[in-house]
Amino acid sequence: MTETTITETAVTLTIDGRPVEVAEGSTIHAACVEAGIETPTLCWAENLTPVNVCRVCVVELEGSRALVPSCSRPATEGMVVQTDTPRVRHSRRMVLEFLGSGVDLSQADDLQRWMKAYGADPDRYGDEDHPVERVEEPVKVQDELYIRDYSKCVLCYKCVEACGDDAQHTFAIAVAGRGFDARISTEFDVALPDSACVYCGNCVGVCPTGALQFKTEYDLREVGEWRPEDQTVTRTVCSYCGVGCNLDLHVQDERIVKVTSPSDHSVTSGHLCIKGRFGWQYVHGE
Amino acid sequence: MTDIYLGADRASDAEAAAVDEALRERGVDAVVQPETERLVTSGRARRLARRHCLLPALHALQNEAGWISPGGINYVAEVLDVPPAEAFGVATFYDLFRTEPPDHDGDTFHVCVDAACQIAGYDDLAASVRAAGGHVHLGPCLGQCERAPALFVQGAGGRPDHVPADAEPFELPQAGDESLRLLRRIGVADPSSLESYRAHGGYEALRRAGEMGAGAVLEAVAASGLSGRGGAAFPTGVKWRAVAAEGGRPKHVVANCDESEPGTFKDRIVMERDPFAVIEAMSIAGLATGARNGWIYIRGEYPLATARLQGAIDAARAAGLLGEDAAGTGHDFDIAVWRGAGAYICGEETALFNSLEGFRGEPRNKPPFPTTHGLFGEPTAVNNPETLLNVLDIVIEGPDAYRTRGTERSPGTKLLCLSGKVGRPGLYEVPFGTTLGDLLELAGGIAGNGELQAVLMGGAAGSFVGPDSLGLPLTLEDTRAAGTTLGSGVVMAFDTSDDMTGVVVRIAEFFRDESCGQCVPCRVGAVRQHETLVQMQRRGSLSPARRALIGEMAEVMVDASICGLGHTAASAVRSALALGLIREAPSP
Repeated sequence: MTETTITETAVTLTIDGRPVEVAEGSTIHAACVEAGIETPTLCWAENLTPVNVCRVCVVELEGSRALVPSCSRPATEGMVVQTDTPRVRHSRRMVLEFLGSGVDLSQADDLQRWMKAYGADPDRYGDEDHPVERVEEPVKVQDELYIRDYSKCVLCYKCVEACGDDAQHTFAIAVAGRGFDARISTEFDVALPDSACVYCGNCVGVCPTGALQFKTEYDLREVGEWRPEDQTVTRTVCSYCGVGCNLDLHVQDERIVKVTSPSDHSVTSGHLCIKGRFGWQYVHGE
Repeated sequence: MTDIYLGADRASDAEAAAVDEALRERGVDAVVQPETERLVTSGRARRLARRHCLLPALHALQNEAGWISPGGINYVAEVLDVPPAEAFGVATFYDLFRTEPPDHDGDTFHVCVDAACQIAGYDDLAASVRAAGGHVHLGPCLGQCERAPALFVQGAGGRPDHVPADAEPFELPQAGDESLRLLRRIGVADPSSLESYRAHGGYEALRRAGEMGAGAVLEAVAASGLSGRGGAAFPTGVKWRAVAAEGGRPKHVVANCDESEPGTFKDRIVMERDPFAVIEAMSIAGLATGARNGWIYIRGEYPLATARLQGAIDAARAAGLLGEDAAGTGHDFDIAVWRGAGAYICGEETALFNSLEGFRGEPRNKPPFPTTHGLFGEPTAVNNPETLLNVLDIVIEGPDAYRTRGTERSPGTKLLCLSGKVGRPGLYEVPFGTTLGDLLELAGGIAGNGELQAVLMGGAAGSFVGPDSLGLPLTLEDTRAAGTTLGSGVVMAFDTSDDMTGVVVRIAEFFRDESCGQCVPCRVGAVRQHETLVQMQRRGSLSPARRALIGEMAEVMVDASICGLGHTAASAVRSALALGLIREAPSP
């Protein structure tokens, strides 16, 4: 009997002057991770298909007129990539600045950190007499499970992806409208309980800015009692069925305040169903 | 029964009947597939099987009820297997669709507010329509710049869309000129008659192409040096060869008739006055690339061109020139017409694919390119009608004769859309290499006060040049070297009485309105650019810091946007600043 071995073809590219070897089909972003180069990403997530819309991960690619999104461009043999040139830094700074000038990023910790690192100044647009247009929407509190605050939404499409082809296949939400007026919406903006939503909470799980928030977290934040530094995270297995989803229970003051799942878990890829995500009240005897 | 969650709203009988009719015209039964049948094709394949009929179905709803109602969306969602949230997302993407009940039951009068109509006084037109009781919608370029200000009437209650100016007699400014190539049949052959088209040499090229075979046609197109006339000037021969080299999957030829670049109307006139030429050239493209499926994606504001193309397709099919063994070439080829619904971005080829497939008209990241992953993810040759027209001559006279016109690097002739302050606005054809000054003379010189202030080249995505550029030869290489562009063939003249600040602010507003919103640099950058210019307009000056900011914003839009819309959104603005066309603060 002959043994068949599948060998992965490797490609070698140069990033910031250093050779980096990755498996064929890997992205430039994956190669940057391999090389230990931090690349900001917003619309990218390891458990979602890249949509390359935020453009914060752009890099300079030799031979390409414009910058390229590292999150979706496959690495090919001999590529020469620069991740820290003035052009790259400028584009990243402007993208972050643009976002900061239009939406509330106060709860987007990564973005805050990158804005500082890239020197973004979102306040330099407009003036007292000419205020800039911002996304201002009332918070949608339509049920006891999660809230939607689109004035914090950066339109990264992650929630749409998670609700659709990438995880849940429910398609309760999509991007509606166009340009700066584009919003994530149900059909005719009907309330979530009247939509196709099955309350898996996977959209909340992938939201990078707090635009989608578990109601427990939202309520605690409203009264100034949301304290991540005081929280513990306990990993367990969901008790509802035999699939074996891993749950991370976020606990504050001896109460579960939210449930997530590790995105690298072989069963869930970070996604859960309504029971694992929201069905924990019995733990507290409720 | 469907497994898509639908709300309680139901379509009216009239709405359902309108959708059924639209689908029947496209060979799709408007019935909900029984579950057992749906299981045969499952998952994503099932979701995509009928989805490309979404845009025609939404048009039917809009035309019937004057808006797209929740019940209408549910009906379409059910028969096309499209989630209602996604159908709503598509409906809200387009200017011609309304998702709120109209406050009037009449037609909607779309009045263009872009540059040519701006300096021709669109507000007077809008006022007269309102005075007559019409409901006015101010919107972007309608592709009628030679007869500015432009009006397009969107019908409701089942009344068809129409353009009042289409009823007026048409004459080409260069009528009778023996040197015309691409325009030689316009005003001569009857656009509704296949016999007339044939009597003027029509279908000779397809016959010849059938004799030559695909390889020889590809060879001729490549040797001719023909490049795309939609604005990007990509070599047509390279594109066609790449598609021809693909095998094992269905292939497509798409005519990009979504002409929406402000100042551009050339394809409209070609499609209205010589529709058979467009479809004959598409058949040649199909033969050369091995594609059997032809698609015309035409902007929704062109009702006459749509009707003429559909008429030409029907006549050609009846005569055996389309369909199985089209024109006896041994190659099967047919063409379907899809209407856009008011979105500039859908002229970007990958946005066009998404729009036609029933998704939001958002551009795709490239690579992969359309030649391998185009319409429905399959190999696709996308061409502009003007580009296609050139192929007829290349096949008939051969590449050497074709190259006797124009220059070495820009062979052939070019269609140019003359508008604004010129004596005789309209569509012109000149060999590449003609100077800007000679072209303006050909169009009757500078009108208005007779003093040229600037020319907008290539449309809103192009750039301004000043009176010192009259000697500029109109070729791809010379315009590029001069830092401007021929783009889609826009040549719009402004006299010294025109308010250029107002024109530039409107161009910035155009990009703000037309950005699809997908990527951050363009979605936010186009808004901030417009705001900065409005601020300048109100103050009457632009501080050095603000001027620098405009440059910084332009840089990120050029460098990091997904598509050409973002890449060019700052182009005209920057050129206007560089030429001193808009007011600035005195140096400190």
